[in-house]
Amino acid sequence: MAGTQDEAVIDCRNLWKIFGRRADEAMKAVQEQGLGKLEVRDQFDCVVGVQDATFTVGRGEIFCIMGLSGSGKSTLIRHVNRLIEPTSGQLFIEGQDVNRLNARDLREVRAEKIGMVFQNMALMPHRTVLDNVSFSQEVRGHDAKERRENAMRAIDAVDLNGWDQKYPDELSGGMQQRVGLARAIAADPSILLMDEPFSALDPLIRRQLQDKFMSLSAEMKKTTLFITHDLDEAIRIGDRIAIMKDGALVQVGTPEDIVTNPVDEYVADFVAGISKLELVSAGKIMEPLAAYEKRAGPVDHEKWPEAHPEHSLDDLVNLSIATQHPVMVKVDGKPIGVVTKNALLRGIQGDLDDPASVKH
Amino acid sequence: MSDAQGFNILDPFSSIDLGLADSADGVKQWAIANRGIIQPIKKFFNEMIVGIDTALNAVPPLIMLLLLVLVAWQAAGRRVAILVAIAMTVLGFLAPNAWGLAMTTLAIVVSSVILCFFIGLPLGVLAGKNDRFEAVIRPVLDTMQTIPAFVYLVPVVMLIGIGNVSGVIVTIIFALPPLIRLTSLGIRGVNASVVEAAKAFGASPRQILFKVELPLATPTILAGVNQTIMLSLSMVVIASMISVKGLGNEVLRAMGRLDAGKALIGGLGIVILAIVLDRITQGMGQSGRERGHRHWWQGGPIGLVLRVVGKN
Repeated sequence: MAGTQDEAVIDCRNLWKIFGRRADEAMKAVQEQGLGKLEVRDQFDCVVGVQDATFTVGRGEIFCIMGLSGSGKSTLIRHVNRLIEPTSGQLFIEGQDVNRLNARDLREVRAEKIGMVFQNMALMPHRTVLDNVSFSQEVRGHDAKERRENAMRAIDAVDLNGWDQKYPDELSGGMQQRVGLARAIAADPSILLMDEPFSALDPLIRRQLQDKFMSLSAEMKKTTLFITHDLDEAIRIGDRIAIMKDGALVQVGTPEDIVTNPVDEYVADFVAGISKLELVSAGKIMEPLAAYEKRAGPVDHEKWPEAHPEHSLDDLVNLSIATQHPVMVKVDGKPIGVVTKNALLRGIQGDLDDPASVKH
Repeated sequence: MSDAQGFNILDPFSSIDLGLADSADGVKQWAIANRGIIQPIKKFFNEMIVGIDTALNAVPPLIMLLLLVLVAWQAAGRRVAILVAIAMTVLGFLAPNAWGLAMTTLAIVVSSVILCFFIGLPLGVLAGKNDRFEAVIRPVLDTMQTIPAFVYLVPVVMLIGIGNVSGVIVTIIFALPPLIRLTSLGIRGVNASVVEAAKAFGASPRQILFKVELPLATPTILAGVNQTIMLSLSMVVIASMISVKGLGNEVLRAMGRLDAGKALIGGLGIVILAIVLDRITQGMGQSGRERGHRHWWQGGPIGLVLRVVGKN
């Protein structure tokens, strides 16, 4: 949850995007009569790409937008650097309204403040790795020596040293996407836009690149908007996650929030298959000490294993595997709750309604 | 219209005469009346063509042959260089004056292609970027490619007079369209996501054109140049009707005297020139991947020289 309270680096307010020739009419009708996606399609022959999206991303935060294909997530991310113009609504980058910039300032913001990684790499096949990585600095007219140094540093950061004079088609898919990542970070922008960067890669390589990205990200602390259709990836990477459906943000919250309190059936379906081991904390599944003692009588917890409320289920499993006793959850040495084996098993299943109701 | 038949509703076309041919003939009058304006422009282009012609003919044939072989080697590799060497030797032995005539023809072709390039590339880029312009220019290109050359031969001669410049102009009319079409095709064929990436990293429209679109469209554009060269060569006989010298003129004169042997020699000369130019320009059109990602100076004779120099 790093930095959510800090200033918003990306601030998106009531953003709408409607595609089609009669988009403006459709937008008006939506605002005045509250038409839905299907009505807009039937009456105006327009497609709603993004519906009333509002969110902020704090400095250094990784904000994942998760949705299936066609949910509008790629459309939404392209509003941040204005590759797509919104039909209505505003988007601020570090307090600057992106849609009010003139062409020159917009190019400057794109080159200096924002780095973008694309699902299909979109590397320039006629340029070497080095020339691809230094592209944004080249179009800004930076000094050749300086941009070479920056580019080499970025290439180094993604473990591609020695490949700088190769061409993209001489590299494997995973390496190409690392070039894409190097290109995005070369100009040291404050914002990273990641448009399904790892979706086109096979699972093992994807995992490696996720790890690489997370370690880089921990080091660089860049504000990141990360698009994915893979909830596992969103949970692994995101500080916060937004679930997107039909162009609208259905739920925004921390991974734990999303997994433990899905707002509707749609989100619940998504999170059903997600492993709770790393996500759910002891605090969520513990039974308050008073309630436990009321039920089971006063207990002698001398030999019980101890845990913090933030400990994950995974930690609890490790603690309780060596003993028959329940786990005592303590804050500052003071016992506050109990996690029984049954509650732990239910927690792993994802059944968290009420710890006290767990059958013993 | 003066026919006594009168108006026939079933055949309206033969009974109404709008006099289009007569008014179109006015173009000729206009052309004659405005010759004065054209003369300085004509002089400039004529000097350019004559300059190229003199230069090509001033080089001793053997040196020229060597140069062509080196160019072929550089542009298209060793195999094409050998082919060019053989083809040009055969051309030289076709007739004692064949080499000189071929150089004159080459001068006309080179002038036409240079002018085609400067006209065609911007128009092609515009057509590739702008759908409306493409829609407008397409029928014009269709006309240029299909209208019989004899139709515009007369107005051009009326306006400019016979000689090299007219020859180059009629050649351009016929040879320009494929370059425009293929440039447009090449620009349209550039991967949209690469252009989007360039935009996302702050490139201006101009930078996108020169750093992304034109380099990526180069193989297609060079295919257009190749077609333009081929079509220019196919125009040399027609151009010789308006007093353009060279191999085409040889064919034309031989036909007039029913001298099949001489016509064959001239014809073969044109074919050999076509093959040589085609192979060289096709070699240039290979994409970076086909060349194994070497820069053009890393291969061929220049690469050899550089390697030798580099070792010492």
